[in-house]
Amino acid sequence: MTISRSEVERVANLARLAFGPDEIDSFTSQLNLILEYVRQLDELDTSGVDPTFHALELENVLRDDVVQMSLGQAEALANAPKAENDAFVVPKIII
Amino acid sequence: MSGLIDLPIHKLGVLLAKKEISARELVEAYLARIEEVDPLVRAYLTLTREKAMEQAADADARLSSGDGVGPLTGIPLGIKDVICTKSVRTTCASRILENFVPPYDATVMERLHAQGAVMLGKLNMDEFAMGSSTENSAWFPTRNPWDLSRIPGGSSGGSAASVAARTCVASLGSDTGGSIRQPASHCGVVGLKPTYGRVSRFGLVAFASSLDQIGPFTRDVTDCAILLKAIAGHDSRDSTSSPCQVPDFRAFLREGLAGLRVGLPREYFTGGLQPAVEAAVRRAVSHMESQGATVVEVGLPHSRYAVAAYYIVAPAEASSNLSRYDGVKYGYRAKDGKNLLEMYKKTRSEGFGPEVKRRIMLGTYALSAGYYDAYYKKASQVRTLIRQDFARAFDACDVIAGPVAPTTAFRIGEKSGDPLQMYLSDIFTIAANLAGLPALSVPCGFDEEGLPVGLHLMANHFEEGRLLHAAYNVELAVGTERPWPDLSGPHGG
Repeated sequence: MTISRSEVERVANLARLAFGPDEIDSFTSQLNLILEYVRQLDELDTSGVDPTFHALELENVLRDDVVQMSLGQAEALANAPKAENDAFVVPKIII
Repeated sequence: MSGLIDLPIHKLGVLLAKKEISARELVEAYLARIEEVDPLVRAYLTLTREKAMEQAADADARLSSGDGVGPLTGIPLGIKDVICTKSVRTTCASRILENFVPPYDATVMERLHAQGAVMLGKLNMDEFAMGSSTENSAWFPTRNPWDLSRIPGGSSGGSAASVAARTCVASLGSDTGGSIRQPASHCGVVGLKPTYGRVSRFGLVAFASSLDQIGPFTRDVTDCAILLKAIAGHDSRDSTSSPCQVPDFRAFLREGLAGLRVGLPREYFTGGLQPAVEAAVRRAVSHMESQGATVVEVGLPHSRYAVAAYYIVAPAEASSNLSRYDGVKYGYRAKDGKNLLEMYKKTRSEGFGPEVKRRIMLGTYALSAGYYDAYYKKASQVRTLIRQDFARAFDACDVIAGPVAPTTAFRIGEKSGDPLQMYLSDIFTIAANLAGLPALSVPCGFDEEGLPVGLHLMANHFEEGRLLHAAYNVELAVGTERPWPDLSGPHGG
C-alpha cells in the first residue's frame, strides 16, 4: 500500500495546504518512506487490544456553570490580521 | 562579581537572601553574558531586557521586605518560545506566529511570576516543537555550546543551549517525544519531562495534546527539584492536569540508593549505540549499584515499535491542533487570497515550514476516511501494548535506566535532509510520552570528543521524586563541579 501523487494532492486539500508540482513529488516520496517505516506496526496482532488515546485514565472533568471573566473583545481582536467594527474580517466566502 | 553566572539556583538563592548580591546585579551579569556569547550560540529569539530589569527591581523589593519570597525570587530564567508570555511575542519559531503577542500568560508563567522570578527572554526551538535539532526553526539554528558546529538537540534546543552556555540560570522547555531530554543530554544539563498531567498545559501552544508536557532545564538535580516544584500542580484551566499532590521534591535528594531497584531493558543495549554513550551509561549504572541500588534486567518488548506508533499519533493530533492557524484570529495572513479557501491555503502554505507541513500531511492522511483503522487506531492499540510493558517492568523495578539518545550531538546539517533518520534520534525517549511517564536526562560523562552524554531515567506515573533521588546520586558520583563549555576563546565560523 503506497500513497499516490493524486492522494497527496487530495490530502493537501483536506489539510488546507497548496503545493507546487515539485513539492507534491517530494512529499509523496517522503510520506511513502515514513509510512513504510510505520507499517512495521502490522507485525503486531492487536485484535482485542483497547486503544489508548490518553496516557492517564481520565473521566469527564466538569465544573459548575458559573460565568467568569474571560478575554475582552479588544484583547481578543488585538492579534487579528484584519478586524473592523469589533469583528474579524475574512475574504469573500461565497464565490 | 565574577563567577555569578556559574552558580545554580540553590546557591544564588542563599546569596540573594543574605543580600550578598542583588537581583539587579544578577540580571545585569546575565544580560552582559548574553551579549557576549549569545551571538555564537544563538539560543534567544527575543530578549526582554527592560522587563527583566523591572522584574529584578520587584524581586529586590520582595527580598528586602521578606514578602512574596520563594526559591526563584530574582532568578533569571529563559522560556521556550512555545509558552505564552503576556505582551511578549511568542512565535513557536514559526512564520505563521511571527507577530503573535499573547494577551495572557501560561499558567507556568503565572507561577514563576508569583515567586518573583525574572524572565530574560524567549528561546529558540524547532518550529512548533517538531524536530530534534532546532534546525527547523524558521529563524535560525541554535548551536551546541560544547561544539558550535553541532546541533544542541531539539526541539527545546534553545532551552538546553542557554543553560549550558550560562546565558540563563535555568529554563523551561516542552517535551512531546523527547524534546526536553534529548537536548539536555546533548548539552550536558539536567532536563526533566514530568508525568503527563503534572504540569498545566494552559498557555502551552499545542502540538500533540495527549503527549505534550512542560518541564525544567537546570544546571543540577537540586535546581531541577526546585523548578519542578514551582511549576507543578493542578490547574482548573487544563482539564488534563492532575489533582495529585505535589511533594517537596528536594526532600528526595538524599545520599545512597539502598533498596532502589534499577531496571535495565535488554532491548536498549543490542547494538546501534555509540560506544562512548554505552560506556558512560553503564558506568552511571554501576555508580548507582555501588550506592546500594540493585540492578535487574527488564523487558520492554514493544519499545521498538514506539517511534512508528508515535509518528502516527503525534502528527494526527498535530494536524488537528494546527488547523487553528487559518489567518483569521491571529498570526500571519497571506496577502492576495481571492476567497476564504484560497486565503487559508496560501496563509498556511506560506506560514508553515517543511517539517510542520510534512507532519500535518501525515496526520491528515492517517485520520482521513478509510485509513483511520489502519493507522490511528492501530497506533493507539500499540500505545496500549507499550504502556502495559512499562506496567509489568515497574513491578520488577523502581526506575528504568538507559541512554537518552543513540549518539552524542550530531553536526548541523548531518540529518536535516532525511526526516526518518531525524525521527530515529528520539528512539529511547518517545515511549515515555506514549505512556505518560516522568523521565529525565542527567549528565553522566563525555565522549572522546568532549561532547556530553546523558543518562535516561524513567519512573512510574507521579514518581518524579524517585527519578530525582536516583539522578542526584548519579550526579554525586559523576561530580557536581562539572566543567562548562568555554565560549570565551576564538571560535571559527
